Amino acid sequence: MSLNGKTTIPEILKKYQAELLTDWLKEQAAAGIRRDNFIKETELRQQCSEFLSLLTNATQSGNLSDIFAPEWSQVREMLTSISNSRTRQGFTPRDIALFVFSFKRPLFDHLRKEFAHNGEVLADEIWSATDLLDKLGLLTTEIYQKNREELIARQQEEMLELSTPVVKLWEGILALPLIGTLDSARTQIVMESLLQMIVETSSQVVIIDITGVPTVDTLVAQHLLKTVAAARLMGTDCIISGIRPQIAQTIVHLGVDLSDVTTKAKLGDAFLVALSRSGFKISRSEGEF
Amino acid sequence: MERIPILQMGEFLLVTIQVDMHDRLAMALQDDLTNRISKTSARGVLIDISSLEIVDSFIGRILGTIATMSQILDAQTVVVGMQPAVAITLVELGLSLPKIRTALNVEKGMELLRASVGRRSKESGNGRAKR
Repeated sequence: MSLNGKTTIPEILKKYQAELLTDWLKEQAAAGIRRDNFIKETELRQQCSEFLSLLTNATQSGNLSDIFAPEWSQVREMLTSISNSRTRQGFTPRDIALFVFSFKRPLFDHLRKEFAHNGEVLADEIWSATDLLDKLGLLTTEIYQKNREELIARQQEEMLELSTPVVKLWEGILALPLIGTLDSARTQIVMESLLQMIVETSSQVVIIDITGVPTVDTLVAQHLLKTVAAARLMGTDCIISGIRPQIAQTIVHLGVDLSDVTTKAKLGDAFLVALSRSGFKISRSEGEF
Repeated sequence: MERIPILQMGEFLLVTIQVDMHDRLAMALQDDLTNRISKTSARGVLIDISSLEIVDSFIGRILGTIATMSQILDAQTVVVGMQPAVAITLVELGLSLPKIRTALNVEKGMELLRASVGRRSKESGNGRAKR
């Protein structure tokens, strides 16, 4: 008996493994974890029994409080893989955590049967069991969170690459259609790819089109002006085009000084200016229509 | 002590910075260039920094002052061939050198210099004709 502070949970896990497994499966079904077609009955059963045996092995060390100890590494790996696969299958974090938490009732039931005569020991044992299972349950949530964050970071990176094309419009004329909000990281990438392209094509005029930029605040304006200044240092003129009426109003209200930069309302107007600066002229020949 | 060579091409001076600029070299260039401009009464200065890969705030400032000094001595100054990384660094340092004219390469810089010197001599010519 566990009056000397030594827990009997490992023994109970070992002794009643089969019963615990059956009860646990029942409990999971009752808890209403959305399984639908994602996980087959046999697969779930196999996962549960594997987890149970790993848990039993890990508890034999007598360490029930630190699940980051080496003897718990297999349990952690197992939970990580379960959490990963379920995240991919579209489970909610609640469903994933319930996988662990639903084990409480079967375990507590057995503890109660074992210590029915000794309330004090029962309370102790239930406390250490709850503590352990809570930690394991939180671990699955943490893993879920980490997966999500990785996903978001990856998508952000992809968006950065997608959204910064530099287009060559004509001999010596580049266009930079900006789409989406400009933050520092994006400005850096935009600036680098623009300057690189200026060197490659030895362009003398760049049209920065901000039709696709939803809002312009002081920070965005500052980033724009930085890009213009850097291009100018390399000997290239910049024209900012695609300024919507609202944005023109905000720019003036914010007190942003765009007087050093040529600005045009439409990309077409900017292109005309760029062409005439490069010495080209557009004339209309006899139309075919 | 090593020096940055200043070449004369007609009425223009050509400065090509081929080595990494350090502070004393930059100061020496400032000295040499102003002396040469006054000696040769050059009309234009072309500073090629295409081999310059690293700048700090001091070199950035010196580039600015050299260009301004040449302008005071009545020589049009064009800085050409700035590397993208250098341009970004200067902008981040807050040195966007608004008074300096720039061009993409030596050829375009020369064009710009010829055009501006030509325009200015025409203007001053007109001024004399009126008087």
